[in-house]
Amino acid sequence: MQTPKTLYEKLVHSHTVCELDDQGHVLLYVDRQVLNEYTSPQAFSGLRDAGRELWRANTHLAVVDHVNSTEPKRVSVKSEEGGALQVNYFDKNCADFGIELFDILDSRQGIEHVVAPEQGFILPGMVVAAGDSHTTTYGALGALGFGIGTSEIEHLLATQTLIYKKLKTMRVNVEGKLGFGITSKDVVMELIRLIGASGATGYAIEFSGSTIHKMSVEARMTICNMAVEAGARGAYMAPDEAVFEYLKEKPKAPKGRLWLDAVAKWRELFTDEQAVFDKEIHIQADKIEPLVTWGTSPDQVVVISDQVPNPRDHIDESKRRGMERALNYMGIKAGTAMKDISITHAFIGSCTNARIEDLREVAKVLKGRQIAEGVRGMIVPGSSEVRAQAQKEGLADIFIQAGFEWRQSGCSMCLAMNDDVLNPGDRCASSTNRNFEGRQGAGVRTHLMSPAMVAASAVKGKLYDVRNLGDQ
Amino acid sequence: MDAFKTVSGKVAPMLASNIDTDVIMPKQFLKGIDRNGLDRGVFFDQRFLSTGELNPEFVLNKAKWRGAKFLAVGANFGCGSSREHAVWGLKQLGIRALIGTSFAGIFYDNCQRNGLLVIELENQDMARFSKQVATGQIVDLEIDLVQQLIKPSAKEHISFTLDPLRKEALLKGLDAIGSTLQYAELIKEFETKHLQQNPWLS
Repeated sequence: MQTPKTLYEKLVHSHTVCELDDQGHVLLYVDRQVLNEYTSPQAFSGLRDAGRELWRANTHLAVVDHVNSTEPKRVSVKSEEGGALQVNYFDKNCADFGIELFDILDSRQGIEHVVAPEQGFILPGMVVAAGDSHTTTYGALGALGFGIGTSEIEHLLATQTLIYKKLKTMRVNVEGKLGFGITSKDVVMELIRLIGASGATGYAIEFSGSTIHKMSVEARMTICNMAVEAGARGAYMAPDEAVFEYLKEKPKAPKGRLWLDAVAKWRELFTDEQAVFDKEIHIQADKIEPLVTWGTSPDQVVVISDQVPNPRDHIDESKRRGMERALNYMGIKAGTAMKDISITHAFIGSCTNARIEDLREVAKVLKGRQIAEGVRGMIVPGSSEVRAQAQKEGLADIFIQAGFEWRQSGCSMCLAMNDDVLNPGDRCASSTNRNFEGRQGAGVRTHLMSPAMVAASAVKGKLYDVRNLGDQ
Repeated sequence: MDAFKTVSGKVAPMLASNIDTDVIMPKQFLKGIDRNGLDRGVFFDQRFLSTGELNPEFVLNKAKWRGAKFLAVGANFGCGSSREHAVWGLKQLGIRALIGTSFAGIFYDNCQRNGLLVIELENQDMARFSKQVATGQIVDLEIDLVQQLIKPSAKEHISFTLDPLRKEALLKGLDAIGSTLQYAELIKEFETKHLQQNPWLS
């Protein structure tokens, strides 16, 4: 009998060209790469300088997302100098090397991790890498996705492989029913609260359990996406019927006979019953409450009904100092009730939470309500297709009537590389993934939470428990 | 890639946990298409005052640690964004090695690809070492990659572990792509079989 294997081990094994040593290094074959305009330029220059060829062009998909404007009126002209430089060079690289590109004006443009699944570019059983840390998103489809740097992008363009060290494995089992108003964002934030910002460093996480498999595929993407904030270099779920249903009819998904063959093979993608993980975590879904970050690391997080914690309650000196620094940056005091923290901005967007289902949840909260006076609200759809769909369903009208700006797609204020940047001292309720110092602009204070919680906070002008908003 | 054998220099303390790549290299320095000029961006919001002058309070601006080649860092250094610009900037600033307990995965690989040595010490060793660095007891040291030793003085040594594969690449300053292309035939062979077994990937 063969040794029982985790799905992670099966995915790595099925993509191993050869082993490179006895320390777990392998030459790993990569099926797909998604490219963006900001982490790829030096990789293409490297190829050009060395006179190397691209290994296989049709395994790469290029999307402009990080630097483009999200102004409601879409134009191809790039107003901002650095962005224009990158977008133009990206155009040239894709044209010269024969890579398919979704440029700013393309109706399929959007944030890479929203676009690639939406187009059926990512399939179960694949190994996928991209020059962006949130590539873990693709685990929701039963693929092994992980982020890489620019040197690795170049390596992948030239060789279709990466020098890869096998990770340890962690299983996060989530069981039970999520309460009213609790989303998959709260599930992943709960995990980060439990294990910390480096709790999964060196691990690939398999999410399992009834709660996960009852979720929509889009909700699962939020979890895999943000698992990297716990340090995971891979986060995945065994693909199930919901995944196959999601992928069926997607533009780039296989069709006809090929589809049937593919699904038959994808049904074999699961962890063997007796397989052993290096670490096991159990989360009870019905105990999870809406979470909000108070600090500058995603693990500085509490339940909305809680207070800002006190550094004095912690023995570990490094942790205490980190908390003091975070309180100082965030301009809040220990002991303050989270629900008493006023905001100046509300942002709904990012590869974590800007898919159509997220926007439907937000619309439920905002319908018939108004954003509080003095709060600027922005909604940036995850892709141009999501934007079109939201308009078709009448969601956009609800957002605009509530006083939100309804913008074009891009990474936008998740990392503020384009012109969507806030001012020092601004405080933003945000559906994004990182509350780092300066992330949304120098001196800007970010509070992470689910999209519905952002909407509720925008309505009240302060951090607010969406469950208390009354009849939704 | 620069080779790393034995390097001597100052070590500066940056011991906060979770120093992320947004802090190491803020967004406004990510807009180029080459690797140039990134030294200015490193720790920009901390290293410079809003007037553009050097912040005298920032560790690398203090006389004692100016020109440091090594950083003793807190846990989970380099977390967050995949931006390799953080590593390019650190190298351009003259940083040759980082010493800590844990590093974020993508950042670790980026360092490796650029010849920036990352040393992971056991918690106990790091606790002792970081205290000596923070108090200024240890400032100058030599890092010997061949012997895998940190040498704060002639009589004091801290040994560290490193995967032999990574060590060899660092010592020789190997071009990873060139090395991998030696396996080109093997990759082609694998690919043909892989696409036959999974024809929807073609």
